[in-house]
Amino acid sequence: MVVAPAAHAQIRHRDAPSVQARRRHVLDLDDFTAEELTTTLDNADAMRGVLARDVKKVPALRGRVVITLFYEASTRTRISFEEAGKILSADVINMTASASSVEKGESLLNTGLTLQAMGVDVIVIRHPHAGAPHFLARNLDDVAVINAGDGAHAHPTQGLLDLYTARSHLGSIAGRKVVIVGDVLHSRVARSAVWGFAGLGASVVLSGPPTLMPDPFVPQGWGAGAGGNSVPNPLADVTVQPDLDAAIEGADLVMALRLQSERQQRGFFPSLREYIRRWQVNDDRMARANSNALLMHPGPMNEGIEVSSRLAHGERSLIEEQVTNGVAIRMALLYQLAGATAVED
Amino acid sequence: MAAASQTTQTLIAGGRVIDPANGRDDVADVLIADRTIKAVGRSIPAESLDGSVRLVRAHGLVVCPGFIDIHVHLREPGFEYKETVASGAAAAARGGFTTICAMPNTDPAIDNAAMVDYVLSRGATAPVRVRVVGCVTKGRAGHELADMEELIDAGVVAFSDDGDPVHDAGLMRLALTYSRGLGAPITNHCQDHALCPGGVMAEGWVSSRLGLAGIPAVAEESMVARDIGLAELTGGRLHLAHLSSAGSVAMVRQAKARGLPVTAEVCPHHLLLTDQWALGRQGSPPVYAGPSAYDTDTKVYPPLRSDLDVAACIAGLADGTIDCVATDHAPHDRVSKECTYHDAAFGISVLETALGTVLATVHSGAIGLSDLVERMTTGPARVLGEGFRKYAGLTPGTPADLVIFDPDALWTVDVNDFASMGRNTPLDGVELRGRVVATLVDGRMVFEEPGLLNAGGEL
Repeated sequence: MVVAPAAHAQIRHRDAPSVQARRRHVLDLDDFTAEELTTTLDNADAMRGVLARDVKKVPALRGRVVITLFYEASTRTRISFEEAGKILSADVINMTASASSVEKGESLLNTGLTLQAMGVDVIVIRHPHAGAPHFLARNLDDVAVINAGDGAHAHPTQGLLDLYTARSHLGSIAGRKVVIVGDVLHSRVARSAVWGFAGLGASVVLSGPPTLMPDPFVPQGWGAGAGGNSVPNPLADVTVQPDLDAAIEGADLVMALRLQSERQQRGFFPSLREYIRRWQVNDDRMARANSNALLMHPGPMNEGIEVSSRLAHGERSLIEEQVTNGVAIRMALLYQLAGATAVED
Repeated sequence: MAAASQTTQTLIAGGRVIDPANGRDDVADVLIADRTIKAVGRSIPAESLDGSVRLVRAHGLVVCPGFIDIHVHLREPGFEYKETVASGAAAAARGGFTTICAMPNTDPAIDNAAMVDYVLSRGATAPVRVRVVGCVTKGRAGHELADMEELIDAGVVAFSDDGDPVHDAGLMRLALTYSRGLGAPITNHCQDHALCPGGVMAEGWVSSRLGLAGIPAVAEESMVARDIGLAELTGGRLHLAHLSSAGSVAMVRQAKARGLPVTAEVCPHHLLLTDQWALGRQGSPPVYAGPSAYDTDTKVYPPLRSDLDVAACIAGLADGTIDCVATDHAPHDRVSKECTYHDAAFGISVLETALGTVLATVHSGAIGLSDLVERMTTGPARVLGEGFRKYAGLTPGTPADLVIFDPDALWTVDVNDFASMGRNTPLDGVELRGRVVATLVDGRMVFEEPGLLNAGGEL
C-alpha cells in the first residue's frame, strides 16, 4: 500500500512568510546566524565601553519608549533591561502583572494592544507561558518584542550574555566544549544557550538526571538527507550525557543551572542528597575538565546544591561578570532593534 | 393519484454515484420523490417521472449518501457563545454531513432524559439530523454510571464522557457490562492524565523545542490497550474516539483480527496535519520558530502527532481497521484561542473543512474514493447500529440524505465564510482540494455552494 506521509512543506498557504529581512523581534536565538550573533557580541563590546565611561549616557534611543512587561518575578533581568534602556536614553516604563489591569483580568493581547496604542516602541516581556512573546509579536504590528524569558522555552538575552562572557575569556567559541548541567528540561536558559553556543560552533553536552533531560530540539535525521532536506542540522554537535563525570571530561566551560526544589517534590530525582552526589559541580569534578575551565551560573544560585560554595566564589567563576555583561548585551539588542542614531555621539 | 402528480421530484443526473451500502460506483442518475430515494440507475425510465421534476446536473461530480458524523461538539447548552445546535448544524450542512451526533460535554452535561430532550428539540428545526450522545457517568464526573437505560429511551445513540476519559478502569468495566444489549456503544476518549500532566501538544522534538509540556502517544495507547482488554472481558461494545497514534491503530487492528467488539474513528486533522504545524508556517524543515509559532489553532486533543502517526492513521482508515472518519468538531470563541498556547482551549472547528482535508488521502493514492465514502457513511452507521443503516445508503425507500461534491475543486479556506461560530482552525488560508457542492436532507437542499451546481434546465 502506498501511504503518503503528511507533507507539511507541500501545503500551500496564502500567508507563507518569506525569509526574514531585518530583525524586528528577539524571540529566541534559533534564528540568529553566526554573523548576527557575532555582531551582537561586538556591539556589546562597544556597550561595555559606554558602561566604563564616567558619564554613562548616550542618546542612541532618545525618544524611544521601552516597556518591561513582567508576568513573573525577576530582579536581574528586569533591572538590567531598565538600566540598559536608560543608559541609551530611552524612556523605560516598568509594568508588573500584579500592579496593572492584568489583575483585573485583562488579556495579554489587550494589554499588548493598549501598549501599542500608547506608542511604545519595544516591549520586553517575561511570561510563565512558552510562546507569549511570539503571540505578542504576531499580533502587534508596530512594536518590537524582546523575550526576557517565556516559560520553559527561551531566554535569548541570557543566552547572549552567556556567549559574550564565554567569548571574552575563551577568545573564541568555535570548537570549545560547553557542558550544561542540571534541569535542562525546564530551563529556558539552557535552551537559549544551546542555540547560541551551537550557533557559534561549540560542542554542547547536556548533563543531569535522565528525567530532566529534554528530547532533541530537531527532528531525527535532520541533515542526514531525511525527508530530502539538505539543510545542515544546526544542533548536530549537541549531545546528552547524564553521567556528569563523563560529560565534564575536557570541558572548557561548565554552566550549572538553578535547581528548583519543586522538581524533587515532583519526583524527578530521589533526593537533594543524591542530586548533589551525582550532579553538583565542585572541585573534584572540575578537575576532570580542562585545567583553565570556567564556571557559569545564570543565577539565582542554590549554593551548595548545584554548585559548591568554593567553586562559586573561586577564581574560575564568572557568575558576577555575567551580571555586568547582561547590561551590555541588553543595550546592544535594544540598540539593534530600536536605535536611530549611532552610539558614538 | 392526484397527490403524486403534485409531488416535486428531484433528478440528480450524470454524477458519479458512490453508494457503498449497495456496492455501486458508476455514473448514474438518482431520483428523489416524497423525501425518499425513488430510484438509482444508468437511465431512469421516463414513466417514473411525474409531476414537476427538478433537474440537478451533477456531471463530473460525486453523488453519495450524506456523511454521518458521530462526534461533534455543538456546545449547547452552556457554551452558546462558542456554537449552537443551529450554527453547528448549518456548518454540518456546508460540510456535506446530513447526520451529526452531539457530544454531552455541555453545561449541564447531557446525563438525563430532560437534557437529551432539550438538545433534540433544538435539533428538530436544524437543517441536518441532530442526534445525541449521552454521558457514561453522572455529570461526566467519572464516579457513578448515568441512568443509561433512561438515556436510551430518550434517544441517545452512544455513551461517552468525551472531553475526559472514563478514567476508572473498574467503572469502565461496569459501563461496558451494563450497556450490553442497550444497542449503543461506549465511546471512550483515551488519555491517561498521569502520563501527560499539563500536556498541551504531542510529546516529541517539536514540543521539546517549543518548551511546551508534551502528551506522549502512550497516554492514549495505554488506555486503548486497557479498553480493548475490557471489551474482551465484558463483551460490551467499545468505540474508540479520535485515535491519533500508530500504536493505537496497531492495537485496534490486532483486536479486530481477534474478533473483539471494537470500533474506532479518526479525525480529518489527524490524517493531514502534524505537530510541526505548531512551529508556524515556515516550510520544512523548520529552521526557526518565528512569530507564527505557537498557533493556538493547532492545539487539539488528541494532539497533532508525527508524520509516522499520520501515515499509520491513513493506513488504518484504508484497510478498515479504523471504521470511520469523525470530525470531533470543537468550535471555540476567539478569547479561548487568542492567548498563550498554555491557556488556549483544545479543539478545532472541523465540519466545513473535513471533506477537503480527508480527500488528501485519496489524492495521494493512499485510499480509494469509494472506500473513503464508505468510512463517512456506512462506516459510522455501523458503529452506531442498525438504526442508522437507512441514512447510509441510496437505497430506494430510504430518506434522501445525499451530498454532491467535486473531489478536485481547489479552494482556499476562509474562516470568515464559516457557518460555524468557531473560526478556530489552523487551515485558515490553506488551499484544499475537494469541495462540497450541495447537501440534501430528506430530499431538500439544505446547502448549495453558489455557482458550482448546474441546477435547473430542461431534461
